[in-house]
Amino acid sequence: MPFIPTEIALRSSAPVTIDHDKCIGDKGCTVCVDVCPLDLLAIDKSTGKAYMQFDECWYCLPCQHDCPTGALKVDIPYLLR
Amino acid sequence: MSTPQTHILEYDIVVVGGGTAGPMAAVKAKEANPNLKVLLLEKANVKRSGAISMGMDGLNNAVVPGFATPEQYTKEITIANDGIVDQSTVYAYAQHSYATIEELDRWGVKFEKDLTGDYAMKKVHHMGTYVLPMPEGHNVKKVLYRQLKRARVAITNRVVATRLLTDENGAIAGVLGFDCRTADFYVIRAKAVILSTGAAGRLGLPASGYLMGTYENPTNAGDGYSMAFHAGAALRNLECYQINPLIKDYNGPACAYVTGPLGGFTANNKGERFIECDYWSGQMMWEFYQELQSGNGPVFLKLDHLAEETIQTIETILHGNERPSRGQFHARRGTDYRTQMIEMHISEIGFCSGHSASGVYVNSKAETSVPGLYAAGDMAAVPHNYMLGAFTYGWFAGRNAAEYVSGRELPAADAAQVEKERTRIFAPLLRDNGLPPAQVEYKLRRFVNDYLQPPKVTRRYEIALNRFAEIAEDIEQLHARNPHELMRAAEVGFIHDCAEMAARASLFRTESRWGLYHYRVDHPQRNDAEWFVHTELYKNDKGEIAHRKKEIEPYSIAIDTEEGQAYNRLRIKKDEAPEPQAA
Repeated sequence: MPFIPTEIALRSSAPVTIDHDKCIGDKGCTVCVDVCPLDLLAIDKSTGKAYMQFDECWYCLPCQHDCPTGALKVDIPYLLR
Repeated sequence: MSTPQTHILEYDIVVVGGGTAGPMAAVKAKEANPNLKVLLLEKANVKRSGAISMGMDGLNNAVVPGFATPEQYTKEITIANDGIVDQSTVYAYAQHSYATIEELDRWGVKFEKDLTGDYAMKKVHHMGTYVLPMPEGHNVKKVLYRQLKRARVAITNRVVATRLLTDENGAIAGVLGFDCRTADFYVIRAKAVILSTGAAGRLGLPASGYLMGTYENPTNAGDGYSMAFHAGAALRNLECYQINPLIKDYNGPACAYVTGPLGGFTANNKGERFIECDYWSGQMMWEFYQELQSGNGPVFLKLDHLAEETIQTIETILHGNERPSRGQFHARRGTDYRTQMIEMHISEIGFCSGHSASGVYVNSKAETSVPGLYAAGDMAAVPHNYMLGAFTYGWFAGRNAAEYVSGRELPAADAAQVEKERTRIFAPLLRDNGLPPAQVEYKLRRFVNDYLQPPKVTRRYEIALNRFAEIAEDIEQLHARNPHELMRAAEVGFIHDCAEMAARASLFRTESRWGLYHYRVDHPQRNDAEWFVHTELYKNDKGEIAHRKKEIEPYSIAIDTEEGQAYNRLRIKKDEAPEPQAA
């Protein structure tokens, strides 16, 4: 039997975190998703809230600045902090 | 994910890249002829894309009447770039610089003014006065967006351009790309294309090891350098790398331009000044490097001698514009400008004509060597052009492209080129398994650091080419699980092209020039007899990278020998070091 190509995930703590009580993604807001230059944020279909989908943050802050409810916080990624 | 669609669009002009130069180019093309169909194509979202997503804290090269003349500016940049300058391009910028500032001012960009309403100019360069602070410069993108809407420019966000289409005569015929969320394929036919995709900012690997911890916005992977090369355009002086003195780990600008006029300066570990001028140049970086080599490092930005109100002004500017997360970075490490100096380091390498001179060749009309292809901003080879140069050359590109397309038929899209690119782009998505784009990128960029970071050693550069050839094979094995990873896979291709161009361009110029940017250990002397020329890199008939020398245009503004040495005397002589300024 041939060897089976296998992938393994690397863990990473997301620098962008969301306050679910404030996020209005479930009301149709996508401001943070729209402005991220690297296209890292998305709305979780099950919760209706924003989340960080990819770990490629430039800590540039448009998402945090433009969020209408202050529901989003950007930390400097751990490797640089 | 639904099955990707193919969209075929037709425009008169497509602008690729909606950061700084791009929006200006699109607006100016529409102003020149409102009937033109103009598309601004952006990989991110025009509202917050590019190098100035969070605004800018100042103009680095404002030529303002009463403070400087276009002739003085052209002279300064000629000297700062070690003579390798077509003065017509720098002079065209300098003559238009003030008109660009006035236009931005009318649009609502805020510049610092004194009590009489004049621009509050500051001296940072070695010779003249060209810095105009923008303490309230956070709204630049908003201002540009309003102008795009007013001019009725069509905008398409989240589409990654990957190759240019050319017609049977080699002239531009359009752009190919894909949507980074749906993987839809885009065939955009056009009479002219303006490339404004920024620097190649993801070339070296930051010392932190974090892929996206770059100085430039990491969306700027060198896309335009790669696309221009494959379309047959010439690139110039790529060996004149961008290397910056940055805040260690954070890898953002320490901003000596902002703090300098307020009394801050670059210091060694004794808190002493060692360079006369903090303006970024290869010679300045050379002295920075020497200071580290001599055991006087680390190098710091020193502000701890300044008065409380000055520090507060600096904090307001630096923590509110350009890279505002800087305040958070310092707070977490307990760095207070009042009591500590800010540790700096030398960045990884990149291409950027906005800061140095490495770019796609353009003349003073923003035309590249390919008919119908224009370039502006960090990727266009007008030395030290910065943000204001990006706006100005964007203006030129928009205006001249509008003239070029007038009366011109839409060229046919060559089906063979389209299908070849479709196959190339989507291959990583169609594989069942393979290499993750981030891993290949990490290894490629680590090799860039290991072998290309100056001082440049010939043997190391030869090894680099072998390693890059192996990575080219790995690129054929990339696997993308979704359209987002497909975007990263495409970018690995751009980075690989830039890495190879950086190595080959550096090997071609067998002398040393531009301080640290091109210090060849095996050819340590500047050799004007053979190398007072541009180096031009282009794709030959076999599709390979080739090089040639290009004469420098005769100077219209003469440089006398004494002046020409100004940037070679940046180091402060030990006994004459001035006392740190009192605030």
